Amino acid sequence: MSAAEVTAMPEGRGGRMTRAQIVNAALALGLIGFGLGAWAMDETFLVTLATKVAILAIAGAGLNLVLGFGGLVSFGHAAYFGLGGYASGILAHHALNYTAMFEWPFVFEGTTSMPVIWLTAMAVGALAALVIGALSLRTTGVYFIMITLAFGQMIFYFAISWPAYGGEDGLPIYVRNGFPGLNTLDPVQFFGLVCVVLFAMLGLISMLARSRFGLALQAARQNRQRLMAVGIRPGGVLLVAFVISGAITALAGALYADLNRFVSPSMLSWHLSGELLVFLILGGTGRLFAPLAGAGLYIALEHLLGGVSDHWQFFFGLLLLGVVLFARGGVIGFLAGGKRHG
Amino acid sequence: MADPILDIRGLSRSFGALKATDDVSLDLRAGEIHALIGPNGAGKSTLIKQISGEIAPDAGEVRLRGRSLAGVDAAGRARLGMARSFQVSSVAPEFTVLQNVVLSAQGASGASFRFFRPVMRDAGLLGTAHDCIAQAGLSGREAVPAAELAHGERRKLEIAMALALRPALFLLDEPMAGMGTEGATALGDLLDGLRHRAPILLVEHDMDAVFRLSDRVSVLVYGRVVATGTPDEIRADPEVQRVYLGEEA
Ligand SMILES: Nc1ncnc2c1ncn2[C@@H]1O[C@H](COP(=O)(O)OP(=O)(O)O)[C@@H](O)[C@H]1O
Ligand SMILES: [Mg+2]
Repeated sequence: MSAAEVTAMPEGRGGRMTRAQIVNAALALGLIGFGLGAWAMDETFLVTLATKVAILAIAGAGLNLVLGFGGLVSFGHAAYFGLGGYASGILAHHALNYTAMFEWPFVFEGTTSMPVIWLTAMAVGALAALVIGALSLRTTGVYFIMITLAFGQMIFYFAISWPAYGGEDGLPIYVRNGFPGLNTLDPVQFFGLVCVVLFAMLGLISMLARSRFGLALQAARQNRQRLMAVGIRPGGVLLVAFVISGAITALAGALYADLNRFVSPSMLSWHLSGELLVFLILGGTGRLFAPLAGAGLYIALEHLLGGVSDHWQFFFGLLLLGVVLFARGGVIGFLAGGKRHG
Repeated sequence: MADPILDIRGLSRSFGALKATDDVSLDLRAGEIHALIGPNGAGKSTLIKQISGEIAPDAGEVRLRGRSLAGVDAAGRARLGMARSFQVSSVAPEFTVLQNVVLSAQGASGASFRFFRPVMRDAGLLGTAHDCIAQAGLSGREAVPAAELAHGERRKLEIAMALALRPALFLLDEPMAGMGTEGATALGDLLDGLRHRAPILLVEHDMDAVFRLSDRVSVLVYGRVVATGTPDEIRADPEVQRVYLGEEA
């Protein structure tokens, strides 16, 4: 399966789009069209729903870098999502309450500026991923899954038991953080901003996947022994991917905090780690747009089935089983066909 | 005589009570094919892995051009030009032939932490890769995913990848295994020419190929080298006939 397509050379020659590119374009236009359509019809709730899909797709895109391209099944990506959320929540909390976050070496009262918050969230996510990755990457397979889960749970319980920032109750952000030149409280402006971030992140991942780094990363998924034998150590390549991945997912967490104007330990819970994995399986692990397809389908089903039955997760489970058993390439694999090679 | 490219002294490695490699010394000189033969389980693959750095010896040392490789891992040794093929073909199955060989050329370049330019448009790496693919006789198959190659073609792909590493020497573990006679002959002809690029330590079961191609032969039995010499000397060695060639007849 997976991402050989991304590095295949003569793709899209002569100006004709491949089927995968058409599917990707349809997904992107679908998201934007849905958001703008809902806005035109004054359906604020649906604009917010589209924004949520886009944010979760960013989080999933971060995971896709390590899972889809590097083959690392991280079951702890809620950690980066939640840390990004708390980075946003804590910075805004101090700014909105005029309390100093720290007083040395200078007095810092937090900030409500999104660009600053985003950079902070990404730095925190990257740092956490560096530590967790360096320790987890000593293991492989099931042990890797378990140790990433364990780190995620550690951070979850820490957040619950730390009263300074709300503990179990979470931390409200009374006013959505600001972005220069935009009114972020206007749902459609915030939606547009999130879409720009989403497509920038997908562009970044596409660029990485095609680079020398991406070639080594995708080789690490397929055959670590061979990678060593051509003189490339898989560990370093995978760790760098893990750090970038943590930063991207943390950025999504910061946006999610702003969407809900609220951060709570639930952003750190293993349920969320599982949902991110489900997005990728649904969408088609290793396909660039898998997180968007998967998050879109998941949120749509949650919304539609959830209205019909309280047990929508049961029916959703059946669907997931079907995808795993019969459509390994997920939605995108189904629509775009198998990977094109060269 | 010139110093050997590869010099192995007193290499030993046990798995529990089993001495898979027992005080093995041999060398590989510029321009030669040095064949390593021996019955199944004699320790040939284990020896290759100690040379390539995949497993650590209990005792002894490996020297490349006089430099000890103690503490250098498999990736480091590959960078120094140890180009190896595996007994069971080992490539990136989802990558095309071209991507596999570009990966190898990238490894040799030592620059994998580059994040911006598309690797499959890197003229330098592509040039090297196309050269190596042509030399290995895989021209025209560049765009085929490795998983879809015929067995013999996958062997050739491993050779192309070894060539792209700018080899100082080749470590080939049964490169002809499972190929038909025709394929084996063609690969033999290829190896015949390669020895002048870099010497070859060749593990091989096919005795005709071994005696046709090699300049020297070492015989490994129960982890020990029981004889080293020219093909003629080995054929005539009564000990070798008894413990090894006799078994085949
Ligand atoms: N990792 C290992 N653990 C235990 N025993 C091993 C291991 N690798 C090889 N052996 C044993 O060492 C001996 C030599 O194996 P090998 O080097 O593969 O032989 P050859 O390549 O000559 O057929 C065999 O008896 C094999 O079972
Ligand atoms: Mg063997």
